[in-house]
Amino acid sequence: MSVCRRQYSKSTAWRLPVWLSALSPLFLASAANAVGTPAGTPIENTATASYDDGGSTVTVDSNTVSLIVDELLDIAVTWADPGDVTAAPDEDDVVLAFTVTNGGNGPEPVVLTVDPNRAGDDFDPDAVTLFVDTDGNGVYDAGTDTLYNAGSPPVLAADESITVFILGDMPSAADGERSEVLLTGTAATGSGAPGTVFAGQGEGGGDAVVGSTGASDDDSGFYAIVDADLDLTKSATVVDPFGGATQVPGAVVTYRLLAEATGSGSLANVTITDAIPADTTYVDDSITLDGTALTDATDADAGAYDGSTISVALGTVTGGSSNIIEFQVVID
Amino acid sequence: MKYLFALLAIVAPIGAAMANQVALDSEVFVERSVEQADGNVTVTMEEPTRVVPGDSLVFVLSYENTGAEPAENFVVTNPIPEAVAFVEAIDAGAVYSIDGGENFAALTELRVTGEDGVDRAAQPVDVTHIRWTLTAPIAAGGSGQLRFRGVVR
Repeated sequence: MSVCRRQYSKSTAWRLPVWLSALSPLFLASAANAVGTPAGTPIENTATASYDDGGSTVTVDSNTVSLIVDELLDIAVTWADPGDVTAAPDEDDVVLAFTVTNGGNGPEPVVLTVDPNRAGDDFDPDAVTLFVDTDGNGVYDAGTDTLYNAGSPPVLAADESITVFILGDMPSAADGERSEVLLTGTAATGSGAPGTVFAGQGEGGGDAVVGSTGASDDDSGFYAIVDADLDLTKSATVVDPFGGATQVPGAVVTYRLLAEATGSGSLANVTITDAIPADTTYVDDSITLDGTALTDATDADAGAYDGSTISVALGTVTGGSSNIIEFQVVID
Repeated sequence: MKYLFALLAIVAPIGAAMANQVALDSEVFVERSVEQADGNVTVTMEEPTRVVPGDSLVFVLSYENTGAEPAENFVVTNPIPEAVAFVEAIDAGAVYSIDGGENFAALTELRVTGEDGVDRAAQPVDVTHIRWTLTAPIAAGGSGQLRFRGVVR
């Protein structure tokens, strides 16, 4: 077949930017739509031809081919916590967070199931309940976020992600033991091998077709037991300027903080802070840790004073250990 | 008067048939690649009963001169449906529009101002219309096909 290229007029060159700027919002809109054309969208194709018929130009339209974009079913589930969620033995309602995403091109109810009884871990939670992050803030809010209802699973719009929470009740597990909990999300329309078709069940009247995820996905979250707690006891001793113990202006108050770690495990990154009471003035460099003086500057030693609050970094404390922190103020 | 109406009724269909002596037919197929057990990939063309985003579509335009005279200066224009991203012409000699059918040129001659305001060469995805112009007349009884490929956005 022989064809020729139409002449391209020079005059169009300067016109390009004008209409392109008008078109650019269209390109933006399509770029934002990551999952593709919404299910139910029609695709209609009609070509037009013209030719010369002995002097007159004739125009003819082709037939119109009409298709409907079918619904793609794709679900992704990922554990959202940065690492093991720590819990004390017998602690209730310990929260694991997961992200569930509809990667398809139509709204889809997502059926969620929890399996807390995984093989190969150290213990299983006594009970688990599943909540949907109703207010979308990514944090479990008791009384606000709604209990998952298997009778009406959450409907996710195309490309929408939601956060769901598993609240687990811990048994009397030992320090360091881990528990795996599996969350599975499945498209309500159906799942299976990629390419599986659910005829007529797609959004907008077309079919529903299983995408590359199999329309179902799962991910595991983990609890880790930390059997350690910190008890803090505060006491005060007053020495007035006259050798007595009366709380008068000029009297020196020595505060004593007893930090006792309990349990069989250890706590990391422990820092004790205490605000200086009103109507008193902190005595510079008066912080001691187990009898050793600490400076007020934020430096290599554990103590610091920022003008309103003293702090002592204890680092990792193990169950059974205790530390005594003291500091002094003068009554104004 | 009654006779005149009757006469017009007979003449009109004949006139229309003579004017429409080139028929243009549009078809769309879904192109699927299926890997066989032996590792070979089979490409099939299916009726478009099922399409999802990412599917490859082949548009086939068939023309046939059913008249007794040659048709000259035959030009076929196909607007790309909004939900389809143009990929490539299968039959050579096409020119393209990226402005809704206002201007046509080879793709390499067209430029687009990107979202960042920087001028760039037009890409297939920018194409809004494809057009073929036949240099030779279509002889009486002559026919042919013009095809292009797109992907469902």
